[in-house]
Order: sequence, then C-alpha cells, then structure tokens
Amino acid sequence: MNLTLKVWRQKNATDHGRIETYEARSIPAEASFLEMLDIVNERLIEGGGEPIHFDHDCREGICGMCSLTINGVPHSKERGITTCQVHMRKFRDGDTIWIEPFRARAFPVVRDLVVDRTAFDRIVAAGGFISVRTGSAQDANALPVPKDDADASFAAAACIGCGACVAACKNASAMLFVGAKAAHLNLLPQGKPEQDKRVLAMVRQMDAEGFGGCTNQYECEAVCPKEISADVIAKLNRDYTAAAVKEAVC
Amino acid sequence: MNPLGKAILQFCRSTIGRKLIVALTGVLLVLFLLGHVAGNLLVFQGREAMNDYAQFLHTMLHGQGVWIARIGLLIAVGLHIWATVSLVKDNRAARTERYALPATVQASKSSRIMIWSGLTILAFVVFHILHFTVRIDPALANLPDAAYAAAHPGESRHDVYAMVIKGFQNPLVSLFYIVAITLLCSHLSHGIASLFQTLGWRSRKSAALEKQLGWAIAIALWIGFLSIPAAVLTGALKDKPSVSGQKAAIPSDPAAPAPRQG
Ligand code: HEM
Ligand code: FES
Repeated sequence: MNLTLKVWRQKNATDHGRIETYEARSIPAEASFLEMLDIVNERLIEGGGEPIHFDHDCREGICGMCSLTINGVPHSKERGITTCQVHMRKFRDGDTIWIEPFRARAFPVVRDLVVDRTAFDRIVAAGGFISVRTGSAQDANALPVPKDDADASFAAAACIGCGACVAACKNASAMLFVGAKAAHLNLLPQGKPEQDKRVLAMVRQMDAEGFGGCTNQYECEAVCPKEISADVIAKLNRDYTAAAVKEAVC
Repeated sequence: MNPLGKAILQFCRSTIGRKLIVALTGVLLVLFLLGHVAGNLLVFQGREAMNDYAQFLHTMLHGQGVWIARIGLLIAVGLHIWATVSLVKDNRAARTERYALPATVQASKSSRIMIWSGLTILAFVVFHILHFTVRIDPALANLPDAAYAAAHPGESRHDVYAMVIKGFQNPLVSLFYIVAITLLCSHLSHGIASLFQTLGWRSRKSAALEKQLGWAIAIALWIGFLSIPAAVLTGALKDKPSVSGQKAAIPSDPAAPAPRQG
C-alpha cells in the first residue's frame, strides 16, 4: 500500500519542530505500524537522511514503551491496543496518516516522536510502592482478599505506564495513571496501611510535575491500551479527600 | 501557619481539591436552581400566588432569609468561578504544544465548552439581577400591586407578576434569556453527571444512571425556565389589570385562557 505520512520532526528538546511529509510506497499490509516506520527509516538512511526517532521495546503490548499519537489519537483509534499492536491492514491504500509525539508539558519532546516520561517514574517513586517486603506469593486464602477487590486491583495493575491517558486528555492530566497505580495497591491488604501517605504524596507529585486536572471527559479511558476504567479516578478523588481530611484533623 | 490551616490550604491548591470545590458549589447552585424554577412557575397560578411567594421570600426570618440566601449564593458562585478559572488556566498550561491534527474520541461538546457556557451564565446572572432584582429599568421598578393595596389598606407591595410579564415582552430580553438558559442546560448536561465522579460516587455500574439524571435535571430546568418567556411571547400569559377592591387575577376577558386561581 502507498501512504502519505505527516510526521513531527524535532532535532532536540530546544528545537521548534515541524510536521514533515513523507511518501511511504509499497508498504505490506501485514506489516505492523512500527515495521512500517522501520521500512521508511531504512529508506531514509539509504538516502542519507536522518531516520525518524520513536520509542519501542517489546513490540507485543506489554512494556508500555511505544507511544505515538496517530491521527490525533494516542495508540491510534483502535481500542485496547498499543501502537506496536497496530497493523497497516487497519489503514487504506492512499491514506494520509498524521504521526505526532504524546503531547504534554510534563512529557517534553526529546527528539522527533520520543518524549521524556520520567515524570511518571517520579510519581511512582513518591508513593507507588509498599515500603516493606511483603513476602513471596501467599498460600491461597492465607490472606483473605474479597474477590471484587482482587479483580479491581488486578484490573488497575494492568497499567503499563505508557502515558496515552495524558496524551489523550486535553488537560494532559495524569489522573488515570495515578488512579490506577494508587488503586492497585490501596485495594489490597498489603497496600492499605500506607494508603493515605501514598495518595497524598502521589497526587502532590502529579501536580508538581505540571499535569493538568481532570475534567471528567474520559478520553483517557477511551485510549487506554489496557482499558483501565475511570472508576480508579473516582476512587483517587475519594481517597485523596479522605487522606487530606485525616491529615488536617488527626 | 498552624498545621490545620496549612493542610486546608494545600488541599484547596491541589487539582483534586479545587475540583471538589467546583462540585460542591455546583451541587448548591443546582439545588438553588430547582427551588428557583419551582417558585417561578407560580406565575402560571396568577398574580396573587406569584406576589405572595415573592413577599414570603422577602419577609421570611424577619427579612433576613433572603440575605442569608443571597450571601450563600454569592459565596458559592465566587468559589465556583475562582476554582474553575484557576483550573482552566492550569489545564491549558499543561498542554502548551497542541496537536497538528486534534481528535476527540468521546468527550461531549457540552463538556468541552464548560468555561464558555459558564461565562455566559455569569453574564446572564449579572444582567438578570440588574433587571429583576435591582430593577434599573424604571418601567419595571414602579409597579405597585393594586389588588394587594386595596385589600390591605396602608400596605403596598411590588407587583412581581406584572414585572415578569412586562420584562419578557421585550424580545431581546427573552432572546438573551433563552440563549443563557440553553447554555445552562448544556453546562448541566455535563456538570451533574461529572460531579458524581468528582465526589467519588461514579462507577461503571452507576455511570449511565448518573448521566441520565444529569440530562433529566438539565432538560427539566430548561423547560421550566423557558416556559415563562415562551408563554409571554406567544401571548398565553398576559398582564390583565386586576379589578381593584376584589381578589386579584379574575379573568376579565372570558375568551382568553383563564389563569388558574391560586
Ligand atoms: C447557576 C450557575 C452554575 C451551576 C449550577 C453550575 C454547575 C456546575 C457543575 C455541577 C459543574 C460540574 C462539577 C464537577 O465536574 O465536579 C460545573 C463545572 C464547571 N463550571 Fe459551573 N455552574 C454554574 C456557573 C458557572 C459559572 C458562572 C462559571 C464561570 C466561570 C462556570 C464554570 C464552570 C467550569 C469551567 C466547569 C468545569 C470545571 C472542570 O471540569 O474542571 N460555572 N458547573
Ligand atoms: S513496544 Fe512494548 S508496549 Fe509497545
């Protein structure tokens, strides 16, 4: 298939950056989206040009490294998958495809389509952990966990930290990510004792990183490759308020 | 500063804390609107019912009730505006570099124009207060309730019923009212469902119901508020002079649709 690519090119963090147009000819429909970029890059290198820089690692939807906003939607408009799981057969011959980096002030562009997502690491470092070693896998039912809690915690723990939620939100809000990271620990007995401390620290770090606030439009939920529910945001609102009240009066 | 003050201040500065203020003041304002529309609909009961209600509002708690409500509403509106405007600023600053090809997956139009619907409501509220509360237009200010004065020698009261009808007979006034109330309906079609999420009461199970409740309240308010200018503009609601000395609002023209007696 033949495609026209509109790609964001930016030499480094201080460069202004611009959209450039590439003609991608005879791309196999069975190629993945990233393989399509690999082909374009090989040709660019053969022609003596700079390849298009983009992030990737596992290429099977588990590491959260790939990014890319494809036609305005992080990880493309296909639901529940990462960019590395998008295939060219989802496009039509002759299509024009816009490829831009994940946009957020807290995710500065490093080069072309590569953005710096270490703000997420700092949020996790602020409280997204359990301070003591909780041991190896427990014997079944040694530590009773209600099935609903276990399921909700597991669903939240599916977050791969890719940042698509931030990239999709018009406020570049990180509430879905922080909500998921906090919920998956707060819902379990091992995480409960540090719940208040965790939520206060993570939300404060989130605000300090310059992410916006949530306006409850759920664009994040719609693009999340792991289909994490915005229920975790409601829980974060609840847990943060309770923790702040306890901090104020206890 | 003492630790309690510091904790409160820190909460009110956080994105989540400010958003909670938006939701709590939003609840108060929605409850006020429900009461306000119910009161306004008394206009369809006739002059006496409307003016009795207005008089009650001004005399309850020895005349202090109306001031308690006004001050409470002023604080709620002030906090709502402060929190939303500061959040909108921060939210815009969080996305400085925009997409060359922006796309929206599922956010409703109403949710994306909250600040504009809100600011229109604000402009309308200022106008509305000058129009019907301060009464800057002398034609609306000097309207004594003749029937009441006749029945209560030595007393007088403002004829709110006549003022409302006269006010809406101006098509420009009615047009602004219709636009503002329609944007209010838009504001609430997102706002009411949204406040459940902010308060932490939304889940996959309850989301659909909360959205329907938001729309139901928004549409009920739209119909309730707009029924009055609609009735005035179509001539269904007319200011018929009351026969002095008798109880008000006895229809003098039997062919006209009779207002229900209160
Ligand atoms: C009668 C008047 C008003 C009512 C009943 C009302 C109600 C609400 C409600 C219920 C919400 C949702 C809260 C939430 O998502 O948790 C909201 C949000 C909002 N309101 Fe109002 N509002 C009113 C006036 C205004 C005014 C005058 C402004 C002008 C600045 C405004 C601006 C906003 C904005 C920007 C939001 C979205 C905030 C966000 O999502 O972060 N509102 N309003
Ligand atoms: S490259 Fe690992 S999730 Fe896409």
